[in-house]
Amino acid sequence: MLDFPAWKKWLTWATVVFGVLLSVPSLLPPSVSNQLPGWMTRTTVNLGLDLAGGSYILLEAQTSDVRNQRLESMRDTILGEMRRAPRIAIGDISTRDGRVSFMVRDVSQVDAVRERLLPLTAGAGLTGQRDWDIEVRDTTRFVMTPTEAGLTQAVEQAMVDATEVVRRRVDELGTREPTIIRQGANRIVVQVPGLQDPQALKELLGKTARLEFKLVDTTADPAAIARNQAPIGSQILPYPTAGGPIAVQRSTIISGDQIADARQEYDPQTGAPIVGIRFNAEGGRRFARVTQENVGKPFAIIVDNSVISAPNINEQILGGAASISGGFTVESANQLAIALRSGKLPVDLSVIEESTISSELGADSRTSGIIAGAIGTLAIIILMLVAYLRFGVYANIALVVNVLMIIGVMALFNATLTLPGIAGFVLTIGAAVDANVLINERIREERRRGRSVNAAVEFGYREATRAIFDANVTNAIAAVMMFVFGAGPVRGFAVVLIIGIVTSVFTAVTFTRLMVANWLQKRPRELVI
Amino acid sequence: MHPLKLVPDNTNIDFMAFRRIAAVISTVLVIASIALLAARGLNFGIDFVGGQLVRVSFSQDVEIDQLRQRVEALGVGDATIQQFGSPREIAIRMPVPENETPQSASQAAQKLRDTIESAYPGARVGSVEAVSGKVSGELFEKGALALGLAMIAIAIYIWFRFEWQFGVGALLALAQDMLVVLGFFALTQLEFDLNTIAALLTIIGYSLNDKIVIFDRVRENLRKFRRMGIVEILNLSINETLSRTVMTSLSITMPLLVLVFFGPDVIFGFSLAMALGIIVGTWSSMFVGNGILIQFNVSPESFDQKAVGANANAERVAPRER
Repeated sequence: MLDFPAWKKWLTWATVVFGVLLSVPSLLPPSVSNQLPGWMTRTTVNLGLDLAGGSYILLEAQTSDVRNQRLESMRDTILGEMRRAPRIAIGDISTRDGRVSFMVRDVSQVDAVRERLLPLTAGAGLTGQRDWDIEVRDTTRFVMTPTEAGLTQAVEQAMVDATEVVRRRVDELGTREPTIIRQGANRIVVQVPGLQDPQALKELLGKTARLEFKLVDTTADPAAIARNQAPIGSQILPYPTAGGPIAVQRSTIISGDQIADARQEYDPQTGAPIVGIRFNAEGGRRFARVTQENVGKPFAIIVDNSVISAPNINEQILGGAASISGGFTVESANQLAIALRSGKLPVDLSVIEESTISSELGADSRTSGIIAGAIGTLAIIILMLVAYLRFGVYANIALVVNVLMIIGVMALFNATLTLPGIAGFVLTIGAAVDANVLINERIREERRRGRSVNAAVEFGYREATRAIFDANVTNAIAAVMMFVFGAGPVRGFAVVLIIGIVTSVFTAVTFTRLMVANWLQKRPRELVI
Repeated sequence: MHPLKLVPDNTNIDFMAFRRIAAVISTVLVIASIALLAARGLNFGIDFVGGQLVRVSFSQDVEIDQLRQRVEALGVGDATIQQFGSPREIAIRMPVPENETPQSASQAAQKLRDTIESAYPGARVGSVEAVSGKVSGELFEKGALALGLAMIAIAIYIWFRFEWQFGVGALLALAQDMLVVLGFFALTQLEFDLNTIAALLTIIGYSLNDKIVIFDRVRENLRKFRRMGIVEILNLSINETLSRTVMTSLSITMPLLVLVFFGPDVIFGFSLAMALGIIVGTWSSMFVGNGILIQFNVSPESFDQKAVGANANAERVAPRER
């Protein structure tokens, strides 16, 4: 057991050296590591927000939005389909109770309607499941119910898109190394190290940025608007900068999907901040046509169901560019521009959890955590040294290597070190030493029983390994539970524990055995332990 | 040069003579903890109940009453204002607003932050946390689930590796550890949050360390000294592993105490829970886990079927002279 074949010796040393080298980039002060080539700093330990300062935001999507949007869009699609020649007359269409229902005026056309609807309900993807169920009641009433599978898929797609939009928006803020991760079915985690005041970010992420251009309904009676009654085909929307709501036509002239770019600019006449937008080719053509047809009439620029401004169309607007003015500050104009060019969010997101830690507090925690860790480690080192002398030295070497290897492995996985992580680190050190304590105490015992030096060492390792193994497996079980079921800080802690368990078994058992075996080759006659 | 020995070589302390008194002490501790938990409850952090917590360091001493009035003027519910660290370091905690919408915790936290920054120039907001009621409920369920599953998984593992009596012993010992630590949290009203759950899970891990080391030795001795009674076997096993127990408890509690006294305030409760858990865990390994083995009368026969397994070839060593 104490004979190490050469290959095993080399492999052990190689692992130690590799693990230690991996830790180097994480340990260098920033002034040095900034000058290193990129490939070296790619494997470093990330500092958690509690140590580095920054903002953490947990966003949750209103999946009921997706549900409603699907109903609305199915209704529009049905209306469109039935209007196609040969036109089929339908009526009494509604989207109540989470389903779309309508009546076919002519019983003989029920089959034709079904014919047209079927292609709309074939589910996308490979599952082959329909995303809508079609049902005919009382011979002429069609009821279309979204299936659970179709809904799940729609939510999934919306979340993928939303995550991408969030990523673009956070990037636009020019923040350093943000992390954006999907979590669960309907959540997105945003972490931005160094960000001290997340207010702007939250506002930006809270904007759906659904941009629509609609014609103002000039026929609407102001008194009716005040009573919140819109003429047929129109709707009433708030218009904060003008003081009161106005009526606009329901049909959208142009929507945010047709935007190619949006920038904060200044109005050449007044110098006020505005948002300049450029349409893509299709949007430009449509805008030109609509403005030509409606010269002299006002149109409303609507963002998230609120009118920003409602200018008059003075002439046909060619060139595919337009600007939005409306009492902006530079910041608010810039924010709207970012929101518009990063695209609209397919679902509303709201902040359900938030934590911001200032960089001072982060630095304080870091310093006191490291100091406490260092004192603790030093105390252990001295204790081991006085208790086991030579074998204490081996244990201490293994301990230092273990610390470096944990850092190295964490760097390899780009794991994040958090404040509880530091505590986990300290504990791991204690546990790693326990393995050596078990071994050394066992060696002592065997010596007392009169075994030879070699036999005592051999026995010590063999008998203690069993308990070390069981103890570490149970610890690993606890750590895995923490990782799987835990959240936030618990997971950060679990990562350190899991890594620590693996490296500490390696260093405390394999690596010390290698050192001990080396020493035994000198055939020592006495063993002071 | 001779190494320092914290425990003399051949200790022969009759630990098990103490087991009835120990059982009484354990029972009293557990009952007291349950009573405390029922009477005072735990002081849950915002992780688990939702709400917002803002830590501020002021540039000069603040009138707590005035601050409280300002905070209450925001109309976001009853605020708890606490000093931590120095008198200028203040933590303000508020419950989840009534009529909660998903983002209201976050908005209330922002309001509070703005108020402080405008009313107290020079005040630095150290951290802002806001958790909505919905998330907090989930976090709590997840935490409790992790804790429960970890205990069961570990007990099953021990049952497989040893014998069912050991699994039951470990589980009961762990339950005692958990209850006593929870009771301590109920007593001191230290904040109980996600970090505390991590601490509890770790306590489980490490307290098991201890139990496994002793169980391992019990198993070994049961096979070696087949005629010895269980009480003697336990005493022998505890004595044999005593120096290890003392060394390890020291080497683990030392750094933890350093964290308690010199570590960041934020993890004070966390470190304290762990230090306490390790002390309680050592106690329960010696008395609770082993007490169960006596109750179930574990004997060498318990291992006979298993002896064919892992350690069938282990060398038989003569009993040491006592």
